[in-house]
Amino acid sequence: MSRRLLIAACALIYFFLMLPLLVVFPISLSSAPYMQFPPPGFSWQWYERYLDDPQWIDATWRSLYIGSGTAVLALALGVPLAFALVRGKFFGRTILDRVALAPIIVPHIIFAVAVYGLFAKLKLIGTWYGLVIGHTVLALPFVVLVIAAGLRDFDRSLEQAAEGLGASRWQTLAKVTLPLLRPSLVSAGLLAFISSFDEVVVALFLAGANMTLPKKMFDNIMMEIDPTIAAVSVMQILLVSVVLVLIGRFGRGLKDSAR
Amino acid sequence: MFSSRNGFWPALPALVLLFAFFLFPVVRMLGFSVEGGTFDWYAKALGQGLYIRVLWNTFEIALLVTLFCLLLGYPLGFLMATTTPGWATLGFIFVLLPLWTSVLVRTYAWMVLLGRNGVFNRLLVEYGITSDPIPMLHNFTGVLIGMVHVLLPYMVLPIYGAVRKVDPAIPAAAAGLGASSWRIFWRIWLPLTLNGVFAGCVLVFILSLGFYITPALLGGGRVIMIAVLIEQQVREALNWPFAAALSAVLLVATFLVYTIAQRFSQPEPAR
Repeated sequence: MSRRLLIAACALIYFFLMLPLLVVFPISLSSAPYMQFPPPGFSWQWYERYLDDPQWIDATWRSLYIGSGTAVLALALGVPLAFALVRGKFFGRTILDRVALAPIIVPHIIFAVAVYGLFAKLKLIGTWYGLVIGHTVLALPFVVLVIAAGLRDFDRSLEQAAEGLGASRWQTLAKVTLPLLRPSLVSAGLLAFISSFDEVVVALFLAGANMTLPKKMFDNIMMEIDPTIAAVSVMQILLVSVVLVLIGRFGRGLKDSAR
Repeated sequence: MFSSRNGFWPALPALVLLFAFFLFPVVRMLGFSVEGGTFDWYAKALGQGLYIRVLWNTFEIALLVTLFCLLLGYPLGFLMATTTPGWATLGFIFVLLPLWTSVLVRTYAWMVLLGRNGVFNRLLVEYGITSDPIPMLHNFTGVLIGMVHVLLPYMVLPIYGAVRKVDPAIPAAAAGLGASSWRIFWRIWLPLTLNGVFAGCVLVFILSLGFYITPALLGGGRVIMIAVLIEQQVREALNWPFAAALSAVLLVATFLVYTIAQRFSQPEPAR
């Protein structure tokens, strides 16, 4: 009896969670010239408007390559860091652990304003690499968490076997350790990519006139409620779903990383 | 100390990045708040009625968001942890899909739903429940709904983890001894999952304190939280010292909650 009550309550809460997603789809296919719900008819006009607008397309490309750059840099720095944190034995390791995770705890607005102040001095506002640096700082903790979880479950006897058979440390790393860690690497890379691709607050300050997709969306929402946003939203939801499916297929499951 | 034997060196490149582009800029900016050796900007942030209101607003919203997330998140986490694997996976998809959908997309959708001519108001007027649209956007209610929606998954996941850790034999034994479902919940489930509840509440509360996007868009300039005030001070008023003082206040509040939480969170119960 009370179980049924629980299920009914949860159905309502799930509805609340999914509601925004459910609303965005029909609006993106609306034939009305302005925001109207339910839509009076079907049309692709908002998707066409998005595809025909060079500003939107520019912003999308910029977000894609900034996201890719962030994923590459965050992996290049975060994987060695995770190794040091899990396997290293040095003075101050617990402090380093805190520092590595600090970008999650420090509110993004503070980091955004601080780095904006610095980058304005260094003339890095509006550059793509400035944004990659900013986004890498934010993505680093996720990479470290996922890779460290992978490393903790790692069976080190496999490495010992490789070294016992005469492999050098680098050979062991390249041929045994990293291939075995691949699911974690895939998840961490994709997480870093999404975290950058969706990031607004830092982009708001650092992007300048060179819009990223989220910044362009933010500005558009601030100005007017234009259904083009709904079309962009749907494409973003689809992209993120594809990435999540990729993580589920090739990566270490999100449920495993959460533990 | 930095010899290659102890495994420190792989951390070095990341450490350089964190120092140069995270710690240094943050400390540099916070330094602006005491420029000229005075604490006047802190006196302004903590002493003037207008700004006390903003701080109080922020605190109040963060508290309410945490409370609502707990009320909605516990049943979800509990159900997901105690149902069959198939349903649990579906539940996870429904929680993770919104989590990974851009905050902007979700905030936009809430504007469509809550606006004066939005979906809710049209339905309310159409069915004669109210004659005039109820203001739900650009006010406290709108910010609250939007933030609860964004932060709910952060509450669900730790609670799910905590419920999963409970040995199902314990509630089963209680049920066998004739305890009612409510009693089992209050006496067994809740006490045994308090760790997860606590972790979720701290996470949601900390994230709420510094939240920017949702209050900026759904608050419509009428609900000012501290993050929005910091942004305005930097971009519109160009008042760096004041923005820095506000940032310091936000940072101290965040770390205070975090540290207290670390102190009070019990170690994992031995199994």
